Amino acid sequence: MELLFDPVKMLIATARDVLPVLGLLVLFQMVVLRRPLPRPGRIVFGFFLVLVGMACFLGGLDLALFPLGRTMALQLAASAQSGGGQTWAAYGWVYLFAFLIGFSTTVAEPALIAVAHKAEEASNKAVSSWGLRIAVAIGVAVGITLGTFRIVTGTPLYIYILVGYVVVAVQTFLAPRMIIPLAYDSGGVTTSTVTVPLVAALGLGLASTVPGRSPVLDGFGLIAFASLFPIISVLAYAQLAQWMVQRRNGEE
Amino acid sequence: MYLIMKALGGALLGACRDLAPIVLVISLFQILVLRQPFPELVSVLTGLGLVIIGLAFFVVGLDMGLFPLGETLAEEFARKGSLFWLLLFAFALGFGTTVAEPVLIAVTREGARAAAEAGLIDNLPAAIHRYALQVRLTVALSVGIAIVLGVLRILRGWPLPILIVGGYVLVMIMTLFAPAEIVGLAYDLGGVTTSTVTVPLVTAIGVGLARSIRGRDPLTDGFGLIALASLTPMIFVMILGLFLH
Repeated sequence: MELLFDPVKMLIATARDVLPVLGLLVLFQMVVLRRPLPRPGRIVFGFFLVLVGMACFLGGLDLALFPLGRTMALQLAASAQSGGGQTWAAYGWVYLFAFLIGFSTTVAEPALIAVAHKAEEASNKAVSSWGLRIAVAIGVAVGITLGTFRIVTGTPLYIYILVGYVVVAVQTFLAPRMIIPLAYDSGGVTTSTVTVPLVAALGLGLASTVPGRSPVLDGFGLIAFASLFPIISVLAYAQLAQWMVQRRNGEE
Repeated sequence: MYLIMKALGGALLGACRDLAPIVLVISLFQILVLRQPFPELVSVLTGLGLVIIGLAFFVVGLDMGLFPLGETLAEEFARKGSLFWLLLFAFALGFGTTVAEPVLIAVTREGARAAAEAGLIDNLPAAIHRYALQVRLTVALSVGIAIVLGVLRILRGWPLPILIVGGYVLVMIMTLFAPAEIVGLAYDLGGVTTSTVTVPLVTAIGVGLARSIRGRDPLTDGFGLIALASLTPMIFVMILGLFLH
């Protein structure tokens, strides 16, 4: 029988990722802080679970979702092009795919799960973990859709980013203060293991099939969209929540 | 043991819920739009099972290992009160976790290859490799500096919006001067740097520090490290672009 996935190889690859971090932590704990760890057995077991979990997760993604998603992104880009795709509207399916793939990969992003979990705990449940993740996922979805629109139309990247920055700066003045650091963080958190490979494939696929686009100038930039728009959507989510509370209080 | 099993059960259900949207999207497009049967259904289903188990293990392991360790370290650094060691630790954490990050390695390699095709650098394997390495080291250095800056912010209570909006202004100024070919790559590298192991750890350290220093709030002061770590690589890589081209 052909082996579908090589667990040992995947485990070694993940260990190379996790062990340096663990080594650094242990070094500082032993040499600088010189204090024994509380409940070391539990912590080691937790690290072991993280290691095995990441190996399974990444191995499974490589086996199931990435090949499909990548082919799909390339095929969609190519079919929009061959189907008389001279105008931006011919790329309807591409936009829909970009939106849905942005949303769904973000919901499955482990780093975001971790931060949302921590935020719920740090805020004594004032911030809901699920609500935060949905807000971030909507932001990524809108960002990726706009990013593909930019590649198709060929407008310069910095204009979108500049406008996005201005919106964030304005929202920073208006949004509730407690949400601001978390909103900024959610921009960087969203794009890691699940989102980047699929989104990068979509970007490079589009840039190489749309006439007049170069992969150097246009293929990159999608991830930048995916890191900027969640900030806007999380700030907006907090503003909306605040507004609804104020309206309810006003009615009483 | 019973508690662990219970946590794993809950995490498995959560993982199914988290992965449902992506499975739905890919199946829908495969069947409705591309109208193609699933290739190698067995391997796809095996992979899916692995992804669900993996995510559940990761979430449970986070609560048992990464989060408590990060918070304990932060509390003990705060108790020890040595700024030098804390900042050294912050830099080592930022630099060390970034420099070997697989996503970063992949993206810088793509970027270098694209730059070679555009004729920015010689289209030789050695030149491409050197370019990719320079970008990667620059990014790791900038993440190290970002974590140091973020830890200082928590200690001193500097307001985050000023740092971030100031950073945005710098990014915009650099965009005007940096070569156009590196701008897209630089923007993307901001989002790429923060990996699945680093994010929970850095978050736990931020929240732990904010918790153990009097007058700091875990929510308003503990978060923000990741935001800085996604901002500085853009600025530094564009500066590198100025020197290289």
